[in-house]
Amino acid sequence: MAVEVYKSSTKYETFSYLPPMTAEQIRQQISYCISQGWNPAVEHSEKENSMSNFWYMWKLPLFGEQSVDVVLEELDACHREFPDHLVRFLAYDNYAQSQGLAFVVYR
Amino acid sequence: MAVKKYDAGVKDYRETYWMPDYVPLETDLLAVFKITPQPGVDREEAAAAVAAESSTGTWTTVWTDLLTDMDYYKGRAYRIEDVPGDDSCYYAFVAYPIDLFEEGSVVNVFTSLVGNVFGFKAVRALRLEDVRFPIAYVKTCGGPPMGIQVERDTMNKYGRALLGCTIKPKLGLSGKNYGRAVYECLRGGLDFTKDDENINSQPFMRWRQRFDFVMEAILKSEAETGERKGHYLNVTAPTPDEMFKRAEYAKEIGAPIIMHDYITGGFCANTGLANWCRDNGMLLHIHRAMHAVIDRNPHHGIHFRVLTKILRLSGGDHLHTGTVVGKLEGDRASTLGWIDLLRESFVPEDRSRGLFFDQDWGSMPGAFAVASGGIHVWHMPALVAIFGDDAVLQFGGGTLGHPWGNAAGAAANRVALEACVQARNEGRDVEREGKEILTGAAKHSPELKIAMETWKEIKFEFDTVDKLDVTNK
Repeated sequence: MAVEVYKSSTKYETFSYLPPMTAEQIRQQISYCISQGWNPAVEHSEKENSMSNFWYMWKLPLFGEQSVDVVLEELDACHREFPDHLVRFLAYDNYAQSQGLAFVVYR
Repeated sequence: MAVKKYDAGVKDYRETYWMPDYVPLETDLLAVFKITPQPGVDREEAAAAVAAESSTGTWTTVWTDLLTDMDYYKGRAYRIEDVPGDDSCYYAFVAYPIDLFEEGSVVNVFTSLVGNVFGFKAVRALRLEDVRFPIAYVKTCGGPPMGIQVERDTMNKYGRALLGCTIKPKLGLSGKNYGRAVYECLRGGLDFTKDDENINSQPFMRWRQRFDFVMEAILKSEAETGERKGHYLNVTAPTPDEMFKRAEYAKEIGAPIIMHDYITGGFCANTGLANWCRDNGMLLHIHRAMHAVIDRNPHHGIHFRVLTKILRLSGGDHLHTGTVVGKLEGDRASTLGWIDLLRESFVPEDRSRGLFFDQDWGSMPGAFAVASGGIHVWHMPALVAIFGDDAVLQFGGGTLGHPWGNAAGAAANRVALEACVQARNEGRDVEREGKEILTGAAKHSPELKIAMETWKEIKFEFDTVDKLDVTNK
């Protein structure tokens, strides 16, 4: 068997080794987070600063938001305003005092 | 108050230590032993003997017993139960007053509980099945230096299990060649690589060269991928002084995590190292070499769920727990029981998972469960289902054995993990649909496709030796 070269590239943690998600796939991940009782939030960053702990918050976390559409609209709005930035979705798990999930939606 | 008089000689243990009406206090430390008695020793006497020999008693009455309040300090055998499916033994429950033990010392607790009593003639075999640590005692222990939540934040890993790999061959590589293997794994998509437990500081690779080359591999792979990486630098050493010297150096070069073997290294060294890690902002990975010597025999020794509790109290951020699906021993329900003991803040009694007591950990941080040994991409769906997110899944051969090398092997594992997590979150049954999920993901990942072709046929299907005692004959 021929050996192939592995080319590494910049990644963005969870789900960044999969192809970009379709709109429906993104919807399902957000829906999962809401069903876990987590609070959705949106953040963005310049690509060169992606390793920083603190990205820019887009507004405030959407505490108690139950509508996937509202979250998707905020992700889109953030992307429209900062088209060159990475935009990520995250979900705060206030019981574990951590993030239940975080992944970059616009790479 | 009744006056006691000194009466030399040998008394039946049951007169003093068998108290079937005793109601344990919230502050008592409770233990359940599986006793296989010598022929002719009745149950209550053997249970009382175990309570006595693991607390205040000795084989004969001594006059100095009367200089203290023995009724306060003694261990109390308070219940006996049949072992389902095994007439050769039975469970004996013993309550110990909290003041028998030094605060914050698993060393002291287990010197009492599993000291002389395990060689005691009246029992043929003895196994410590479970221990309930009262919250009052838990609060005196440091526990995991950082815990799951802090590790997620410092390593920036959310919503999935972490991925690791033990570097092989486990003995014989030079520092630079070893660093190469680490670098390839990390740049391919693993979060961590690991020193094999056998790697300390041998002539073929002294610890300092290993640390230096590995640190360069971490930094380079981080710069290349934009993700945070680590390598468990094993600081297990011949002496505590040497261990701390290596730990200090790991900190000096900026390593995020070190590693210790808590059984061969010893509980004293481990607790000291955990305290050092907490003071120095260092994560601590814990390996468990020698555990099977102690925990595998169903009639003698200490059950691993107790060794898990010891580690959580002594301190560690990761603990190897078995894989359920790989090459090493592990029954699923039982494994899930001790995984909970490692990670959750309150774990209720559940005999179907081998848990004899409620265990309240209060605010003590949890630690990641580590699944390692004989696992590869085909096991990923089951591992995600069994372990959930708060685990480190470690593929050694399953990364390094990839036909295209470590980086491709790492990428294959990462793609498989993320595909399984994505599918689980979408509500799919990842264990049942595992094949479709992996096959779908492999369409976008030639590395995964090759990995699936390489390891398709490997399975480990021996029956476990140590099963839970749950089925009645």
